[in-house]
Amino acid sequence: MADVSSIPVAVSGVHVETKGKHLLLNMGPQHPSTHGVLRLVLEIDGEVVVNATPDIGYLHTGIEKSCESKYYQQVVTLTDRIDYLCPLTNNLCYVLAVEKLIGMEVPRRAQWIRVLLNELSRISSHLVWLGTHALDIGAMSVFLYCFREREEILKIYEYVSGQRMMTSYFRIGGVALEPPLGMLDRVRAFLKTFPDKIAEYETLLTHNPIWLGRTQNVGYLSAADCLAWGVTGPCLRAVGIPLDLRKTNPYSAYNEFDFDVPVRTEGDVYARYMVRIDEMKQSVRIVQQAVDGMPEGPFKASAEGIVLPDRDKMKSEMEALIYHFKIVTEGFKIPAGEAYQAIESPRGQMGYYIVSDGTSKPYRVHVRSASFGNLQALPRMVEGRLLADVVAIIGSIDIVLGEVDR
Amino acid sequence: MPNATFFLISLVKCGVVLFVLLTLVAYIQLAERKIVGRMQSRVGPTRVGPFGLLQPAADAIKFILKEDITPDSAHKFLYLLSPALSATLSMLAITVIPIGGGTVRLFGQNTPMQITDINVGLLFILGVTSLGVYGIVLAGWSSNSKYSLLGSLRGASQMVSYELALGLALIGPIILAGSLSLRHIVEAQQHYWFIVPQFLAFLIYLTAAFAETNRIPFDLPEAEGELGAGYHTEYSAMKFALFFLAEYINMITVSCVATLVFLGGWHGPVFGPALLRAILPLVWFVLKVCFFLFLYIWVRGTLPRFRYDQLMAFGWKVLVPLALGNILVTSLIVGLLA
Repeated sequence: MADVSSIPVAVSGVHVETKGKHLLLNMGPQHPSTHGVLRLVLEIDGEVVVNATPDIGYLHTGIEKSCESKYYQQVVTLTDRIDYLCPLTNNLCYVLAVEKLIGMEVPRRAQWIRVLLNELSRISSHLVWLGTHALDIGAMSVFLYCFREREEILKIYEYVSGQRMMTSYFRIGGVALEPPLGMLDRVRAFLKTFPDKIAEYETLLTHNPIWLGRTQNVGYLSAADCLAWGVTGPCLRAVGIPLDLRKTNPYSAYNEFDFDVPVRTEGDVYARYMVRIDEMKQSVRIVQQAVDGMPEGPFKASAEGIVLPDRDKMKSEMEALIYHFKIVTEGFKIPAGEAYQAIESPRGQMGYYIVSDGTSKPYRVHVRSASFGNLQALPRMVEGRLLADVVAIIGSIDIVLGEVDR
Repeated sequence: MPNATFFLISLVKCGVVLFVLLTLVAYIQLAERKIVGRMQSRVGPTRVGPFGLLQPAADAIKFILKEDITPDSAHKFLYLLSPALSATLSMLAITVIPIGGGTVRLFGQNTPMQITDINVGLLFILGVTSLGVYGIVLAGWSSNSKYSLLGSLRGASQMVSYELALGLALIGPIILAGSLSLRHIVEAQQHYWFIVPQFLAFLIYLTAAFAETNRIPFDLPEAEGELGAGYHTEYSAMKFALFFLAEYINMITVSCVATLVFLGGWHGPVFGPALLRAILPLVWFVLKVCFFLFLYIWVRGTLPRFRYDQLMAFGWKVLVPLALGNILVTSLIVGLLA
């Protein structure tokens, strides 16, 4: 047999330090449980992980760079592709950052629509997380149940925006289109059945001794470590720090909604699981409030030269037609300056930092992605654990590689 | 019995069993996909033939036509040997399983409804299935892949540990029956099934059997979430199909043993005309085996997977002591009553 410790560690230039004469196991980028194309170089002693070195970059898309060659309104379509499990959250964060740069007020109705869709995004993202996490641990049925419900949300997306995944529905100043009639009924229908479905997942997992054995006291991360490594989102709330930007720095209309921030203190895989399950329930509450109290009014701001004019006006007013033509062909200029907007994505703090040099294209767009920060803490969590735990832990931090690499 | 007739009879019986076995494996697999599909709000295979009934044939053709890959760095001989070993040993265990109490007339001879009736049938099954671990160990080692190696290491320790609990769980019924012959054990259950006095042993056996056949929640040697496909990661085409076959035949074997030892084998209400009386025991036997096979599928649709250390702890700290305690209590009671 060939020497098992010889492994092409230098394939992508990742530097691996070994702590002794152990087996190096190359996990990923093609692996069923590294959630995309994460590569982990594991140093294992038997089945015990001595050291783990994550290697990222296999899904580098160059989106941040691409943004610099697009007009401000065109960038929205790129943001979908960063975190493809919650495209609307990315849309929201980007448009909020640009609106902050311009200093634009968005109509209340548009804000409520944004909140509604954003929380549906959170639910659908958590559903993908729960399904794949459970699948990694061997509970296959949960995966299919979760995708069944996610399908309903994707149908709502399609109904509203015309697209199932790459929605690109939010626009600077509001949303792209008046939501179709009956959207709220569809959301209501979803809300009516969904709490029972959560109960169904919980029946299969929450008190299942095998599930508890696989998740409790696994992948522990202390509060200090979380803060030191920039871990945010459910992983941070699972160590007892109730940091949720929807509460602490409300954006859109979140301050008008009544919801709780689920917090656990154990800091293990199970705590993260419970936090996300509870978050889905809270999201249901928020969506319910949004559906019940959806205000009337315009769905986009009226800002000539920035927000596209109504189709009706274009047919009767020459100025509207000119503005439409100008925005589509030349974009709109934004005064030089910079803005940073952070929001609470399903995975944690997502931030868009935009620098304008006074032209119609951003000078620089930088994305602070939650997955990137959370991934940094992975080696700490898996050290000394068994190989099977690595899979459970990767699942529990809920990374999306598109967001890690950008 | 003249030698020629003996060979002829054995050959015919082997042929029949092999045919039934392979068909059964193919359709268990289809049933599994259908049932798990229903449990997961899917429909399962429906496209090949009516209700997807020809799916197993399509799968078989696919396995035959797939490219047969042997990794360059593999140990060629062992790499080839291990799937053959797995499949052969799993089929060998079936030979001593009786499927009915009576005899059938073949070439002018009365012959029992099993390939061969040996008086230590149960021991033979345990021995042969234990050897099955060599297929897994050699497959993992000869593939020269780290994932395969880890899978086979897991497989080896898991099967050795659970073999123990499996064997110990069977001792209770053996004490009650006073025989190692499967036929005698079934006959001893004329009045009551051994599941009643040996309920604990039944549960231990069932759990260990799941581990023995590498099924969820004990499918660690092939845990796809962690190890790709475990010990058969590097196998393709018919070589992979043989491992697959071995796993399903093992499932049938342990289900048959559970039926024979705990559920009274072919015993069940027998009534009606002569023909029905002749067939009913076979029907009961098949139904009981199917119940266990359904249990396997049901569990797969429900439970997550154990972790390696939890599996070992459960085997050695829970199942083995319980099985030993069961033997002690059983022998004490049998001794006192005698």
